[in-house]
Amino acid sequence: MKKPINRRDFLKRGGALLAAGALPMSLVEIAYGKDSKEQGFTFAYISDSHITHVRGKEFVRNWDRGLIQAVAEANLLTPRPDFIMYGGDIAQLGKREEIDHGLEILSGLRGKARYVMGEHDYYLDLGKYWRSKLGRDHYSFDHKGVHFIVLNSILTYDEWTYHRWPSAAERMHQMARLDNPHGSPFMVGDAQREWLRKELEKVSVDTPLVVFSHSPLQKIYKGWNFWTDDAEQVQALLKPFKKVTVLYGHVHQIQYNQIGNISFHSAMATAWPWPYPQSFSQAPSHLPKLTVPMDRADPFFERDGTGWQFINLHTGHVDAHYLLPDNQNRVVAYDAALGHPVDTVFQAEDRRIPPQTHY
Amino acid sequence: MAKRTGHIGAACAVALAICGPAALAAPLGLPPVPIPADNPQTPEKIKLGDRLFHDKRFSSTGQVACANCHKAELVFTDGLKVSQGIHGLKGTRNAPTVVNAAYMKTLFWDGREPDLEGQSQQPFVNPVEMGLKDHRPILKIVRTDPAYAAAFQRVFGKSGEEITMTEVAQAIASFERTLVSGDSPFDRYYYGGDRHAMTPAQIRGLEVFVNQGRCVSCHTIEQTQALFTDNRFHNIGIGFKRIRGKENRLAEQFITAKRGGANVDVTVLTSKDMSEMGRFAVTENLTQIGAFKTPTLRNVARTAPYMHDGSLKTLKEVVDFYNNGGRLRESDPVDDFQSGGIRPLNLSKRQKADLVAFLEALTSPQYVKRVPGPAASRKPAAH
Repeated sequence: MKKPINRRDFLKRGGALLAAGALPMSLVEIAYGKDSKEQGFTFAYISDSHITHVRGKEFVRNWDRGLIQAVAEANLLTPRPDFIMYGGDIAQLGKREEIDHGLEILSGLRGKARYVMGEHDYYLDLGKYWRSKLGRDHYSFDHKGVHFIVLNSILTYDEWTYHRWPSAAERMHQMARLDNPHGSPFMVGDAQREWLRKELEKVSVDTPLVVFSHSPLQKIYKGWNFWTDDAEQVQALLKPFKKVTVLYGHVHQIQYNQIGNISFHSAMATAWPWPYPQSFSQAPSHLPKLTVPMDRADPFFERDGTGWQFINLHTGHVDAHYLLPDNQNRVVAYDAALGHPVDTVFQAEDRRIPPQTHY
Repeated sequence: MAKRTGHIGAACAVALAICGPAALAAPLGLPPVPIPADNPQTPEKIKLGDRLFHDKRFSSTGQVACANCHKAELVFTDGLKVSQGIHGLKGTRNAPTVVNAAYMKTLFWDGREPDLEGQSQQPFVNPVEMGLKDHRPILKIVRTDPAYAAAFQRVFGKSGEEITMTEVAQAIASFERTLVSGDSPFDRYYYGGDRHAMTPAQIRGLEVFVNQGRCVSCHTIEQTQALFTDNRFHNIGIGFKRIRGKENRLAEQFITAKRGGANVDVTVLTSKDMSEMGRFAVTENLTQIGAFKTPTLRNVARTAPYMHDGSLKTLKEVVDFYNNGGRLRESDPVDDFQSGGIRPLNLSKRQKADLVAFLEALTSPQYVKRVPGPAASRKPAAH
């Protein structure tokens, strides 16, 4: 039963709860040990725009508008985020027109942007055009005491990739489908895992790690490739480290999870939302426990269930601030006492957003 | 075909059951008026609110009442681009109609008040509206004026210091909740089963409204009622030109001012730039920059000019604006914060004319009588 809104709630809703979208960021508590080498910082994190070419100079307007709005909003963050991370799937069918058009919109960002490869960017020409524009699909960098790793986690078996399809376009279309019996599971693959192993040899276990991938580096739902086939092997490489966070796109919804020492956070899409998948029973899965359901997206509101986020990184852990158009923004933050991420505002049963039952 | 009276009768029965004996029966096409539990309607209270609504003494110059900007003969609007307060000072926003405001989930163009009780207290103390420093002069009048003192005693059982702005606002809100109007040609056609209530052009216009025109996405029509508003906030591209490229600085300035204790109500009505930040000024939510509340479309043919800044003079201009994808001219740029739901509509000349005809079918019987002269150029009555 929804309580009627009283004035105090109303005013509060217009302030404190929305601090995630507010400026300046001094509202966000940044607390880290005085003697720590780490410094708190923020970065913006935009993902899954699925820019779709129609014909000539025409693109699906709604996906364009989602990305344009996210860029405009990210440009308003104060203080400025240190950099911008893009979580993959600029394009819908990997076309040059789509990648170009998406990058043109993203060029409006104030600050340095880095990119993760998504399957929609990859399976037409196996990432050739994307790489020509953006460089490597797996790399690492250090920033203010944190070691960042970017993986291409949307690869699959060579046979499927190179020897099964009559055309590149057909391969792209197959990988773009959900619940596709002819699909193939995502993986990081042997070569990249070997690269990662060597990469991590150089890093102290005390250094906070943040890993970016497109697919979740955990097994959630195979039918939609909310899945990485070699997730356990990747997780094993990350196990020695004290503070590890994986940030992924692909799922178009808010998810958070803790597996051992690793915190997982997903990114919203700027294009459209996916519903929560049911657990997949054909294989062991680590379906995150669904504690705070999102509203069912309102079909009359074109941005409902989409969004973008900025990440506040301090004490080596992540607070993910989700900016949700015309909805109550959410902050999913690592809770040191509990040892896993929590939805700071809505985790408690009586605070949750009641799902919409009627339009 | 159902008889109209049958429908109205049914609406009354429902309304009375829900709202109690004091509530007005909902006219055709509208749900029962929501009445807050702590402010039940009584005839005496409504009468008191009516008097307060028209009292010019509640302004610093003694010349401005609520009714200055919400004139009964103009469907409780003022016909001006933006409202004029004391000394002819102009605000930044167009006076929305009070008619059917009782159904609104938030009040003001940016939704900064949750109810009529909260909304009605603000204009008194806004420097460009009624210009009082605080509410004390109002309380002084209602506590000492014998007619008011007797009325507050009758309605609230309170006198002297016991009378506060809470009671004043409750009475005004009660009066405003009586200003409901449905039963338009559209309602008689759509809910009353009268196929001849709308003209063929209006019927074609309804089809444009719900399909190619996409108007119904925000201006909702439901199975049993039509409020013509989704109670949401959208950036449709009006007025944003003013602050294009300045959003960053303005957002920062605004938040800094707000943290320093600046009053949102005053800020948005005295600064044209800040006004264009829309809902953001209330929620500080980046996703709501330049977003304003969807107004109802009931009686829209009688409430020109249009949009939060009153910048469009006619319904034809409004239809053209939407047809161009939220732009006055097709060559105008689209702002980055504009809602993705706004897009070019490719309506034909005839579809646009039909759509305007349909909007004219939303006028309730009591507001059909036209006031002479084009509303947009009418001067406010001299005081």
